Amino acid sequence: MVVREVEVLNRAGIHARPAALIVKIANKFSSNLYMEKDRMKINGKSIMGIITLGAAYKSRLTISTDGPDEEEAADAIEQLFLNRFEE
Amino acid sequence: MVDFSILDLLDLDLKEHNHLQLTCIAGRSGLSRKLTNSKISRPGLPLSGFFDAFSHESIQVFGRGEQEYLKKLEDEDNLASLERLFSYPIPTCIFCDGGRPSLRFIEMAERSGCSVLQTGLGSADFSRGLIQMLDEIFATTLTIHGVLVEVYGIGVLITGESGVGKSETALELIERGHRLISDDTVKLRNISDTYLIGSGENPMLAHHMEIRGIGILNLANLFGVGSIRDKKQVQLLVHLEEWDSNKNYDRVGEELYETLLGIAVPKLEIPVKPGRNVPIIIETAARNERLKKLGYYSAKEFDQSVLKWLESESARNLYYNNEETF
Repeated sequence: MVVREVEVLNRAGIHARPAALIVKIANKFSSNLYMEKDRMKINGKSIMGIITLGAAYKSRLTISTDGPDEEEAADAIEQLFLNRFEE
Repeated sequence: MVDFSILDLLDLDLKEHNHLQLTCIAGRSGLSRKLTNSKISRPGLPLSGFFDAFSHESIQVFGRGEQEYLKKLEDEDNLASLERLFSYPIPTCIFCDGGRPSLRFIEMAERSGCSVLQTGLGSADFSRGLIQMLDEIFATTLTIHGVLVEVYGIGVLITGESGVGKSETALELIERGHRLISDDTVKLRNISDTYLIGSGENPMLAHHMEIRGIGILNLANLFGVGSIRDKKQVQLLVHLEEWDSNKNYDRVGEELYETLLGIAVPKLEIPVKPGRNVPIIIETAARNERLKKLGYYSAKEFDQSVLKWLESESARNLYYNNEETF
C-alpha cells in the first residue's frame, strides 16, 4: 500500500477529461487505485467515481495504490497531478 | 462528523415537502448553530431546576406540558431555571402545537444566540418525524464501488471488479423496465441498525452511467423518469466475478450473507463468462428474494419434497418388499 497526498493544480479541477486520463493511466497497472477526498473514498479506475469526488482547483486528495506495481502506479498518478493533466 | 446546522434542518424540511412544518420565529442568528447528535430532549426537568444529565447538545422540544409550565413560571416571575437553560449552547428550541413563546422567552433566547422554531404538529408526531429525519442524517455511511438497481421492488447492489460488466448488466436491467438508483459509487447509510439505504453520492451528478465505448449517459433522459430512483433499501448483494473453474459456486441455494455497516445482507456470487445472461439471473434472484419474503424458500421446499418422496418410496418398498411386484 502506497499513500500519497496530491493537490489539484489545473484551474478547471477534475472534470471529465482529466478523470478519463486518470482511469486510462490507472488501468495500465494491475494495482488497485483509490482516491479520497473529504471522507469519500472511490475506486480510481472508474470515471464516474472520480468525477463525483468533485475535486475543484486547489483541493487536496489522498491517493493510495495497492498491488504488485503499487509504487509505479502511485508515481504515474502523482505525475499526472503535477503536470496539471496536460492542460 | 456530519456538518449539520439548524438552517440545514429547515432547508431539508422544505425539500421533504415541509412535513415537519418548521418555521423560525426568533433568533435567526442562532440558526448557524451546529447539531451534533440525533437525540431530542424534552426540557421539563431542567425547567423545574434539575440540570443533572441535561442533554444540552440536543434539540429542545417544548410540548404542551412544557409550554404550560413556562407560563406558570412566568406568572410566578421565576425564570432562573430558564436563564440557566439558555446558558448552555443548546442547538435550538422548538415549540409544538403552534405554540408561541412569550416575549421574555424570545428576548432571553436571542440574547443567548439560540434560535426559536415553531411547528404546527403535536409533540408526539413531531418528535417521531424529527427523529426519523435526524437518524438518516447522522447515520454511519460507507461509500462502495458498485451499482444499485431496483428489480421488482428489491434493492439489488451489484458489486465486482472494474470491467466485469456491472454497468452493462444494470443497463440491460433498466432496458427491461427496472430502475437505477446509482451507478459506480453507492453511498450506504445504516438506519437505526436495522436496514441499509443506498443512494448516489452526489445528487447533482446522479443517474449518469459510464459505458465503455459510448461514454457518459444520462439515464433519466434516455429512459425517462420511470427508470430512476433517488434512494432504496439494499436487500440483496450480487457479486459478479470472472468465472473461476476451480471455484465451487452455489448450486442448491445455500444462504450467504455479507455484513455491511453491521447489517447482514443476503449475498449471491454470480460467475460471469461470455454468453451468460447475467441480467436474467439477477431478475430471477430478485423474484426468489420476494418469494422468501413471503415465506417460501424454493431450495428448502424442494429439499422437503425430495425427502418426502424418498420417505414414501422407502415405505412403499417396505410394503411390497420387492420392486418387481408392481
